[in-house]
Amino acid sequence: MYPREFDYVAPASLDEALDALAANPGAKVMSGGMSLLPLMKMRLFSPEMVVDIGRIPGLDDITDQEDHIAIGALVRHHQTATSALVAEHAAALAEAAAYTGDNQVRRRGTTCGSLAHADIAADQPAGALAAGATMVAASKNGKREIAAADFFVDTLTSALEPDEILVGIRIPKTGGGSAYDKLGRRGGHSDYAVAGAAAWVRKSNGTVEDARIALTGVGTKPMLAAGSMEAFIGSDGSAAAIAAAADRATEGVTVLEDLYGSEAYKAHLARVFVARALEQALARA
Amino acid sequence: MTVNGKAVSGSVEPRTLLVHFLREDLLLTGTHVGCESGYCGACTIHLDGVPTKSCMVLAAQADGCDVTTIEGLAKNGDLHPVQEGFWERHGLQCGFCTPGMIMSAAGILAENGSPTEAEIRHGLEGNLCRCTGYHNIVRAVEYAAAKMRGEEPAPPEWETDLV
Ligand SMILES: Cc1cc2nc3c(=O)[nH]c(=O)nc-3n(C[C@H](O)[C@H](O)[C@H](O)COP(=O)(O)OP(=O)(O)OC[C@H]3O[C@@H](n4cnc5c(N)ncnc54)[C@H](O)[C@@H]3O)c2cc1C
Ligand code: FES
Ligand code: FES
Repeated sequence: MYPREFDYVAPASLDEALDALAANPGAKVMSGGMSLLPLMKMRLFSPEMVVDIGRIPGLDDITDQEDHIAIGALVRHHQTATSALVAEHAAALAEAAAYTGDNQVRRRGTTCGSLAHADIAADQPAGALAAGATMVAASKNGKREIAAADFFVDTLTSALEPDEILVGIRIPKTGGGSAYDKLGRRGGHSDYAVAGAAAWVRKSNGTVEDARIALTGVGTKPMLAAGSMEAFIGSDGSAAAIAAAADRATEGVTVLEDLYGSEAYKAHLARVFVARALEQALARA
Repeated sequence: MTVNGKAVSGSVEPRTLLVHFLREDLLLTGTHVGCESGYCGACTIHLDGVPTKSCMVLAAQADGCDVTTIEGLAKNGDLHPVQEGFWERHGLQCGFCTPGMIMSAAGILAENGSPTEAEIRHGLEGNLCRCTGYHNIVRAVEYAAAKMRGEEPAPPEWETDLV
């Protein structure tokens, strides 16, 4: 299976890569290639040029930056899954990375690539939403920051412009605890999510002071579950509060049926996984 | 790039996948092509030491890298412990998945000398086998792990379980 012909460049610096994107409107960024290459091989998508960012130095680290942690564009799923920093400040994202694909995929696919790809059924977008991440995008005209909640626009569509590179994400150190859980298409955590949920919770004096709850595999894009959040923030975080929040998991969400489940089944799974993610996040909060 | 310790070079179209470069240009046909879509793992090789599906990498992306294929695993005619394990514990039937399985398993053991059965199964999730039911593959990896630790592997189940 060969993709259609394309031009290939592997810039040695970020500036060169941004120049290549600016000069070639038909160009597409490639990081791990774990989603882009299959699309190209099946000829569902045929960019005129591939800008391979894999050789740009300085993008492959997870670093501690006082009030946040920074995950560079070339950090692989495996690094995110096994990083002590991510485990401490965004356990939901670490779990989502650990449940992404298989060992070989996790060694090559990147966390930022998964976010930029914005697949409805991908794991890490939900983790990033729950973590309250900020996306840092660069183009020839400079850098801009995009809140995770504004980043996922539609199915396979992020807020990135064609000439932008997601150079990294920032995760604020906001305390509390978080978790991600899913049902994979091959059962357990294996393969893309049939449905899943991530949650972040911070409690103070017995009250849920703040929370973010995100769904994957359920709606038209990776998204926050606004109804569940409204129900849970300000509650006592009890089992009854978890059940009440889970009940509102798909409020305002257009639930999509796919090959792996009907609308009713997906909505059911959304409730189940919101409850599970909340329980686990509270246990860590 | 370096393949199995030898420097090689070639000129390919950008769209050439690494697996095709290995098989068709270098004639290293031990690396198999199954699904070509990233799922089956038959094409697994080591790219700079990391188990990688070579149908999911452009040959150009591997420029300058160090590639090890199944042909490069045996040293001076001695099978790698994982290869020996697959032989000794019947870890294969038709053999189609085997090169990828072995490369994946070797990758697991390079990082974890004493994996549990669950860790072996989890580590091999990216490799599909249509024949064996995986059971003997797990035993083969356990055999190799014991050998690599310098221990005597547990005897095969067919000598102990049936009595
Ligand atoms: C067998 C298999 C199983 C998988 N299972 C799962 C799973 O269970 N869960 C899951 O969530 N995913 C799964 N995936 C997808 C995998 O996680 C991909 O690695 C990930 O979605 C994309 O990351 P990448 O670095 O490979 O990006 P690429 O494939 O290189 O790119 C994907 C898209 O994002 C864009 N892009 C990538 N990086 C950037 C950047 N830095 N800036 C701007 N745009 C960028 C590209 O232009 C492209 O449109 C699986 C993939 C395979 C092959
Ligand atoms: S041929 Fe590469 S994963 Fe199947
Ligand atoms: S031995 Fe036949 S596919 Fe595994």
